[in-house]
Amino acid sequence: MSENKGEIKKMMIILSKATLENVYAAFVLANGARMEGIDSEIFFTFFGLEAVHKKKNANLHIATVGNPAMHIPTMVGGLPGMEALATTMMKKEMAKIDMPEIPEFLEILSDSGVRMWACKLAMDMFHYKKEDLFEGVEEVITVGDFYKKSEGEGVHMLFI
Amino acid sequence: MEKVIAGKTIHVNEEGFMTDFKEWDNTIGEALAAENEISLSPRHWEVLGYLQTEFKNEVPLSIRKIGKSGVVDIKEFYQLFPKAPLKTATKIAGIPKPASCI
Repeated sequence: MSENKGEIKKMMIILSKATLENVYAAFVLANGARMEGIDSEIFFTFFGLEAVHKKKNANLHIATVGNPAMHIPTMVGGLPGMEALATTMMKKEMAKIDMPEIPEFLEILSDSGVRMWACKLAMDMFHYKKEDLFEGVEEVITVGDFYKKSEGEGVHMLFI
Repeated sequence: MEKVIAGKTIHVNEEGFMTDFKEWDNTIGEALAAENEISLSPRHWEVLGYLQTEFKNEVPLSIRKIGKSGVVDIKEFYQLFPKAPLKTATKIAGIPKPASCI
Protein backbone atom coordinates (compact mmCIF):
# COMPACT_ATOMS: atom_id res chain seq x y z
CA MET A 1 0.00 0.00 0.00
CA SER A 2 2.98 2.32 0.33
CA GLU A 3 3.61 2.80 -3.37
CA ASN A 4 2.06 6.00 -4.75
CA LYS A 5 0.38 6.63 -1.40
CA GLY A 6 -1.84 3.60 -2.01
CA GLU A 7 -3.45 5.10 -5.10
CA ILE A 8 -5.86 2.65 -6.75
CA LYS A 9 -5.02 2.22 -10.42
CA LYS A 10 -7.07 -0.79 -11.38
CA MET A 11 -9.95 -2.81 -9.91
CA MET A 12 -10.13 -6.49 -10.83
CA ILE A 13 -13.62 -7.64 -9.91
CA ILE A 14 -14.53 -11.32 -9.84
CA LEU A 15 -18.28 -11.92 -10.12
CA SER A 16 -19.26 -15.45 -9.11
CA LYS A 17 -22.98 -14.95 -8.43
CA ALA A 18 -25.96 -13.92 -10.53
CA THR A 19 -28.39 -12.71 -7.90
CA LEU A 20 -29.46 -9.23 -8.92
CA GLU A 21 -28.01 -7.47 -5.89
CA ASN A 22 -24.58 -9.01 -6.41
CA VAL A 23 -24.51 -8.24 -10.11
CA TYR A 24 -25.48 -4.63 -9.44
CA ALA A 25 -22.80 -4.36 -6.76
CA ALA A 26 -20.14 -5.55 -9.21
CA PHE A 27 -21.38 -3.31 -12.03
CA VAL A 28 -21.68 -0.17 -9.89
CA LEU A 29 -18.17 -0.72 -8.53
CA ALA A 30 -16.72 -1.32 -12.00
CA ASN A 31 -18.48 1.69 -13.49
CA GLY A 32 -17.70 3.87 -10.48
CA ALA A 33 -14.02 3.09 -10.91
CA ARG A 34 -14.07 4.19 -14.56
CA MET A 35 -15.89 7.39 -13.57
CA GLU A 36 -12.97 8.18 -11.25
CA GLY A 37 -10.38 7.47 -13.92
CA ILE A 38 -9.51 4.05 -12.45
CA ASP A 39 -9.21 1.08 -14.82
CA SER A 40 -11.57 -1.80 -14.13
CA GLU A 41 -12.07 -5.33 -15.36
CA ILE A 42 -14.63 -8.00 -14.50
CA PHE A 43 -13.98 -11.74 -14.52
CA PHE A 44 -17.26 -13.63 -14.79
CA THR A 45 -17.12 -17.08 -13.24
CA PHE A 46 -19.59 -19.75 -12.14
CA PHE A 47 -23.09 -18.30 -11.77
CA GLY A 48 -21.69 -14.86 -12.46
CA LEU A 49 -21.65 -15.90 -16.12
CA GLU A 50 -25.43 -15.52 -16.20
CA ALA A 51 -24.96 -11.77 -15.92
CA VAL A 52 -23.38 -11.78 -19.39
CA HIS A 53 -25.46 -14.59 -20.88
CA LYS A 54 -27.59 -12.91 -23.55
CA LYS A 55 -30.60 -15.18 -23.06
CA LYS A 56 -30.54 -15.06 -19.26
CA ASN A 57 -29.27 -11.72 -18.06
CA ALA A 58 -32.53 -9.80 -18.51
CA ASN A 59 -34.25 -12.10 -16.03
CA LEU A 60 -32.00 -12.21 -12.98
CA HIS A 61 -33.65 -12.31 -9.57
CA ILE A 62 -32.81 -11.23 -6.08
CA ALA A 63 -32.48 -13.94 -3.43
CA THR A 64 -35.41 -14.09 -1.01
CA VAL A 65 -34.14 -17.16 0.83
CA GLY A 66 -31.02 -17.06 2.96
CA ASN A 67 -31.01 -13.28 2.93
CA PRO A 68 -31.87 -12.00 6.44
CA ALA A 69 -31.78 -8.37 5.28
CA MET A 70 -34.87 -9.04 3.15
CA HIS A 71 -36.87 -9.39 6.40
CA ILE A 72 -38.99 -12.12 4.87
CA PRO A 73 -39.23 -15.39 6.83
CA THR A 74 -37.26 -18.10 5.03
CA MET A 75 -40.37 -20.28 4.62
CA VAL A 76 -42.28 -17.43 3.00
CA GLY A 77 -39.33 -16.44 0.84
CA GLY A 78 -39.34 -19.96 -0.58
CA LEU A 79 -42.94 -19.85 -1.78
CA PRO A 80 -43.49 -19.89 -5.55
CA GLY A 81 -43.40 -16.44 -7.09
CA MET A 82 -41.75 -14.73 -4.13
CA GLU A 83 -38.46 -14.10 -5.90
CA ALA A 84 -40.25 -12.67 -8.91
CA LEU A 85 -42.38 -10.44 -6.70
CA ALA A 86 -39.44 -9.15 -4.68
CA THR A 87 -37.49 -8.60 -7.89
CA THR A 88 -40.31 -6.59 -9.47
CA MET A 89 -40.49 -4.41 -6.37
CA MET A 90 -36.75 -3.88 -6.32
CA LYS A 91 -36.64 -3.06 -10.04
CA LYS A 92 -39.26 -0.35 -9.48
CA GLU A 93 -37.05 1.24 -6.83
CA MET A 94 -34.02 0.89 -9.11
CA ALA A 95 -35.82 2.71 -11.91
CA LYS A 96 -36.57 5.58 -9.52
CA ILE A 97 -32.88 6.12 -8.84
CA ASP A 98 -32.07 5.89 -12.55
CA MET A 99 -30.39 2.49 -12.27
CA PRO A 100 -30.23 0.78 -15.68
CA GLU A 101 -31.38 -2.79 -16.23
CA ILE A 102 -28.61 -5.37 -16.61
CA PRO A 103 -28.38 -5.52 -20.45
CA GLU A 104 -28.23 -1.71 -20.68
CA PHE A 105 -25.76 -1.54 -17.79
CA LEU A 106 -23.46 -3.92 -19.71
CA GLU A 107 -23.50 -1.55 -22.68
CA ILE A 108 -22.60 1.35 -20.39
CA LEU A 109 -19.72 -0.65 -18.88
CA SER A 110 -18.44 -1.66 -22.28
CA ASP A 111 -18.63 1.90 -23.64
CA SER A 112 -16.88 3.16 -20.51
CA GLY A 113 -13.92 0.90 -21.17
CA VAL A 114 -14.54 -1.81 -18.59
CA ARG A 115 -12.80 -4.96 -19.86
CA MET A 116 -14.69 -8.22 -19.41
CA TRP A 117 -13.53 -11.82 -19.30
CA ALA A 118 -15.29 -15.16 -18.94
CA CYS A 119 -13.89 -18.06 -16.92
CA LYS A 120 -12.98 -21.04 -19.08
CA LEU A 121 -13.67 -23.65 -16.41
CA ALA A 122 -17.17 -22.31 -15.71
CA MET A 123 -17.92 -21.96 -19.45
CA ASP A 124 -17.06 -25.64 -19.91
CA MET A 125 -19.07 -26.65 -16.88
CA PHE A 126 -22.24 -24.86 -18.01
CA HIS A 127 -21.67 -25.76 -21.69
CA TYR A 128 -21.78 -22.09 -22.70
CA LYS A 129 -20.21 -20.87 -25.91
CA LYS A 130 -18.55 -17.51 -26.42
CA GLU A 131 -21.42 -16.57 -28.80
CA ASP A 132 -23.90 -16.99 -25.94
CA LEU A 133 -22.27 -14.08 -24.14
CA PHE A 134 -22.57 -10.32 -24.40
CA GLU A 135 -20.25 -9.01 -27.14
CA GLY A 136 -18.32 -6.87 -24.68
CA VAL A 137 -16.79 -10.00 -23.16
CA GLU A 138 -13.44 -10.05 -24.93
CA GLU A 139 -12.21 -13.53 -24.31
CA VAL A 140 -12.67 -16.79 -22.41
CA ILE A 141 -9.63 -17.10 -20.15
CA THR A 142 -8.17 -19.26 -17.39
CA VAL A 143 -7.56 -18.25 -13.80
CA GLY A 144 -3.86 -18.04 -14.63
CA ASP A 145 -4.57 -15.59 -17.45
CA PHE A 146 -6.64 -13.51 -15.05
CA TYR A 147 -3.82 -13.31 -12.52
CA LYS A 148 -1.46 -12.29 -15.31
CA LYS A 149 -3.82 -9.45 -16.25
CA SER A 150 -3.89 -8.37 -12.59
CA GLU A 151 -0.17 -7.72 -12.36
CA GLY A 152 1.05 -4.23 -11.59
CA GLU A 153 1.16 -1.47 -9.05
CA GLY A 154 -2.03 -0.23 -7.41
CA VAL A 155 -4.18 -3.18 -8.57
CA HIS A 156 -6.92 -4.33 -6.24
CA MET A 157 -8.90 -7.53 -6.46
CA LEU A 158 -12.45 -7.99 -5.29
CA PHE A 159 -14.48 -11.20 -5.07
CA ILE A 160 -18.26 -10.97 -5.24
CA MET B 1 -10.93 29.53 -1.66
CA GLU B 2 -9.73 31.92 -4.34
CA LYS B 3 -7.77 30.99 -7.39
CA VAL B 4 -6.28 33.15 -10.13
CA ILE B 5 -6.69 31.72 -13.60
CA ALA B 6 -6.54 33.34 -17.05
CA GLY B 7 -5.89 36.66 -15.30
CA LYS B 8 -9.14 36.46 -13.31
CA THR B 9 -9.97 35.53 -9.73
CA ILE B 10 -12.45 32.70 -9.28
CA HIS B 11 -13.79 30.81 -6.25
CA VAL B 12 -13.20 27.07 -6.06
CA ASN B 13 -13.67 24.29 -3.52
CA GLU B 14 -10.87 22.06 -2.22
CA GLU B 15 -11.21 19.77 -5.27
CA GLY B 16 -10.89 22.68 -7.69
CA PHE B 17 -14.56 22.88 -8.71
CA MET B 18 -15.84 26.41 -9.21
CA THR B 19 -18.37 27.43 -6.59
CA ASP B 20 -19.90 30.34 -8.51
CA PHE B 21 -20.84 29.59 -12.11
CA LYS B 22 -21.36 33.31 -12.79
CA GLU B 23 -17.58 33.75 -12.63
CA TRP B 24 -17.06 31.29 -15.48
CA ASP B 25 -16.31 32.36 -19.05
CA ASN B 26 -14.81 30.71 -22.15
CA THR B 27 -11.24 31.77 -21.39
CA ILE B 28 -11.51 30.29 -17.89
CA GLY B 29 -12.92 27.12 -19.47
CA GLU B 30 -9.89 26.97 -21.80
CA ALA B 31 -7.49 27.46 -18.89
CA LEU B 32 -9.23 24.84 -16.70
CA ALA B 33 -9.10 22.42 -19.64
CA ALA B 34 -5.36 23.06 -20.07
CA GLU B 35 -4.85 22.29 -16.37
CA ASN B 36 -6.48 18.93 -17.07
CA GLU B 37 -4.34 18.39 -20.17
CA ILE B 38 -7.23 18.78 -22.58
CA SER B 39 -7.32 21.14 -25.53
CA LEU B 40 -10.90 22.00 -26.33
CA SER B 41 -12.29 21.15 -29.78
CA PRO B 42 -15.72 22.23 -31.07
CA ARG B 43 -17.06 18.82 -29.87
CA HIS B 44 -15.79 19.52 -26.35
CA TRP B 45 -17.59 22.87 -26.39
CA GLU B 46 -20.86 21.24 -27.46
CA VAL B 47 -20.66 18.82 -24.55
CA LEU B 48 -19.70 21.56 -22.08
CA GLY B 49 -22.63 23.66 -23.30
CA TYR B 50 -24.97 20.72 -22.78
CA LEU B 51 -23.68 20.13 -19.23
CA GLN B 52 -24.12 23.79 -18.36
CA THR B 53 -27.67 23.83 -19.71
CA GLU B 54 -28.55 20.77 -17.62
CA PHE B 55 -26.99 22.43 -14.58
CA LYS B 56 -29.03 25.60 -15.14
CA ASN B 57 -32.17 23.46 -15.43
CA GLU B 58 -31.18 21.69 -12.19
CA VAL B 59 -31.07 18.28 -13.85
CA PRO B 60 -28.78 15.89 -11.93
CA LEU B 61 -26.04 14.56 -14.21
CA SER B 62 -25.00 10.94 -14.60
CA ILE B 63 -23.04 8.94 -17.17
CA ARG B 64 -26.25 7.16 -18.15
CA LYS B 65 -28.10 10.42 -18.76
CA ILE B 66 -25.24 11.79 -20.85
CA GLY B 67 -25.31 8.61 -22.94
CA LYS B 68 -28.98 9.24 -23.66
CA SER B 69 -28.62 12.98 -24.25
CA GLY B 70 -28.29 12.73 -28.02
CA VAL B 71 -25.38 15.18 -27.71
CA VAL B 72 -22.63 12.65 -27.10
CA ASP B 73 -22.52 8.90 -26.48
CA ILE B 74 -20.63 7.34 -23.57
CA LYS B 75 -17.77 6.10 -25.74
CA GLU B 76 -17.10 9.51 -27.22
CA PHE B 77 -17.53 11.17 -23.82
CA TYR B 78 -14.66 9.01 -22.52
CA GLN B 79 -12.60 9.84 -25.61
CA LEU B 80 -13.12 13.59 -25.18
CA PHE B 81 -12.39 13.57 -21.44
CA PRO B 82 -10.31 10.40 -20.98
CA LYS B 83 -9.68 10.43 -17.23
CA ALA B 84 -12.82 10.60 -15.07
CA PRO B 85 -14.97 12.23 -17.80
CA LEU B 86 -17.92 13.45 -15.76
CA LYS B 87 -15.68 14.96 -13.07
CA THR B 88 -13.28 16.55 -15.55
CA ALA B 89 -15.98 17.89 -17.85
CA THR B 90 -18.01 19.46 -15.05
CA LYS B 91 -14.86 20.99 -13.59
CA ILE B 92 -14.01 22.62 -16.92
CA ALA B 93 -17.63 23.71 -17.37
CA GLY B 94 -17.47 25.56 -14.05
CA ILE B 95 -20.35 23.59 -12.49
CA PRO B 96 -20.44 21.42 -9.32
CA LYS B 97 -19.20 17.83 -9.29
CA PRO B 98 -22.17 15.49 -9.83
CA ALA B 99 -22.96 13.32 -6.81
CA SER B 100 -23.84 10.35 -9.02
CA CYS B 101 -22.62 6.74 -8.72
CA ILE B 102 -23.79 5.71 -12.19
